[in-house]
Amino acid sequence: MSRKIGDVILDLQNISLRFGGVNALTDISFDVREHEVRAIIGPNGAGKSSMLNVINGVYHPQDGKIMYRGKERKKMEPHMAASTGIARTFQNIALFKGMSVLDNIMTGRNLKIKSNLLLQALWLGPAQKEEIEHRKKVEEIIDFLEIQHIRKTPVGRLPYGLQKRVDLGRALAMEPQILLLDEPMAGMNVEEKQDMCRFILDVNDQFGTTIVLIEHDMGVVMDISDRVVVLDYGKKIGDGVPDEVRASPEVIKAYLGAGH
Amino acid sequence: MIYRENGQFKTTYAADQQIFTIAQDKVFVLGVIAFAFIGIPLLADEYMFRAILIPFLILSLAALGVNLLVGYCGQITLGAGAFMAIGAYAAYNFMIRIDGMPLIFGLLLGGLASAGMGILFGIPSLRVRGLYLAVATLAAQFFCDWAFLRLGWFTNYSSSGSVSISNLSVFGWGIDSPLEKYLFCLCFIVVFAFVAKNLTRASIGRQWMAIRDMDVAAEVIGIRPMWAKLSAFAVSSFFVGVAGALWGFVHLGSWEPAAFSVDRSFQLLFMVIIGGMGSILGSFFGAAFIVVLPIFLNQVLPALGHLFGIEISTAGISHAELIIFGSLIVFFLIVEPHGLARLWSIAKEKLRLWPFPH
Repeated sequence: MSRKIGDVILDLQNISLRFGGVNALTDISFDVREHEVRAIIGPNGAGKSSMLNVINGVYHPQDGKIMYRGKERKKMEPHMAASTGIARTFQNIALFKGMSVLDNIMTGRNLKIKSNLLLQALWLGPAQKEEIEHRKKVEEIIDFLEIQHIRKTPVGRLPYGLQKRVDLGRALAMEPQILLLDEPMAGMNVEEKQDMCRFILDVNDQFGTTIVLIEHDMGVVMDISDRVVVLDYGKKIGDGVPDEVRASPEVIKAYLGAGH
Repeated sequence: MIYRENGQFKTTYAADQQIFTIAQDKVFVLGVIAFAFIGIPLLADEYMFRAILIPFLILSLAALGVNLLVGYCGQITLGAGAFMAIGAYAAYNFMIRIDGMPLIFGLLLGGLASAGMGILFGIPSLRVRGLYLAVATLAAQFFCDWAFLRLGWFTNYSSSGSVSISNLSVFGWGIDSPLEKYLFCLCFIVVFAFVAKNLTRASIGRQWMAIRDMDVAAEVIGIRPMWAKLSAFAVSSFFVGVAGALWGFVHLGSWEPAAFSVDRSFQLLFMVIIGGMGSILGSFFGAAFIVVLPIFLNQVLPALGHLFGIEISTAGISHAELIIFGSLIVFFLIVEPHGLARLWSIAKEKLRLWPFPH
């Protein structure tokens, strides 16, 4: 592996998130280093997805600081987080069902398209040139994910595994610095999981993208991640390299219950 | 006719991003446009132009506008009639208040005024959706009905409440005969249809569809919902406004607010539903269907009644029209939510494989 893990790129400090009286996240701190694969694990309802939603601005934590590239991040909307280079995929696939695979991934290029409405309306030179340029990038992603044969198919018609791949493709089209993956392998069979693992590692390796992923398959998590943070009932109960976490009595207790 | 794309290889992305990627489609559409410009003027009579073709073209343009908003951006609207009215009255005021205003600019300025109001009445879409948004846009309808009836300034204080415009001309070319009016509208609709197609295949169209299909995901990949929704309202209202101005200037000649009542809004929405949501072609199908059906029923129902020895009154025919519309809308919503346009594309798919479907 050629990649080198760099400095801290994202530092979450004492994050607390409440919905009314429910504490979704309580005083959670952890950091993400550049180019690493960081996993968030925990039982159902532990607050993993909430954590991702905090990172990309869907939820706004009541307490705590988010340091992104050494600067404190202001309260921001999801599209602002996107423009700072944070992309994500969704647990229950949130693709644009009426659009083709190509259009879905092209939508990921949205932030990079500069030509204005009038140019687009008349399909004039710069707009067309831009469209072709981005199409090239998108085709690279399509090649990378090996989905050439379905590029013109509406995503609603695709099987689940391929939809997950398109979801990843759409996030990659943003050329993100941090890629948040919410259960990229949920509901897949072994081969599909292997493919997905390969794609994730390739993204990390080839593009140097920092990856934060949530996953339930412990085999996968322990295999591909550099460091793991463990949540339970909105609290952090473990943090470290996979082997450390696996050996931690608290983590074992959370997963298997006391008395084992 | 052989409808195949065999042997048509695309070697550049530009070639793959054309409007019509299959050569036969391109030829067919160009043929239709040529027929509309050359063939129809030779064939149609005055009644055809006045009763069918001109209303069809103008309502297609309006339906196209509504389709951009409802079909592509997923924001339901019941205010289309109001935006037609705004376009018509704004264009009227530009024409009478500014000396020597060219007709085309007047119409486009009417559209722009409508776009501005569209943005204003689109603001609720940032907070509400679906049925609630429909009700919010209905407010535009009632507001405009009231404003154009009660505020004299808009109608230049005409005592009867109706306004009229005459002596239309473009670059010295008078638009008086039905044929000239038809050609004038046709030029507009062809240009606007291509603009609509370009928008929907470009980045802005993808933003609209993304908002329609999954707004949370759209936001997360960097689409600003406010920009996407309000731009859809603006563009849609622009189209509808220009259509309204054409309706007043070219089709009616003189009109009062009742010409753009809430019935018109519903009619446009029905066109989009029957024609096909999220389809440019569907807007034309829907408009054709709704313009032609009443005329068709007018001819056929009395004859049919005669056959069985029943006299059907004129009122009976217009009731039958409502019943048939109603049932068709229910039918399409249940059986084919993508409307006539989807039936058309299914037919094309079948034709591509015919006669060897397996």
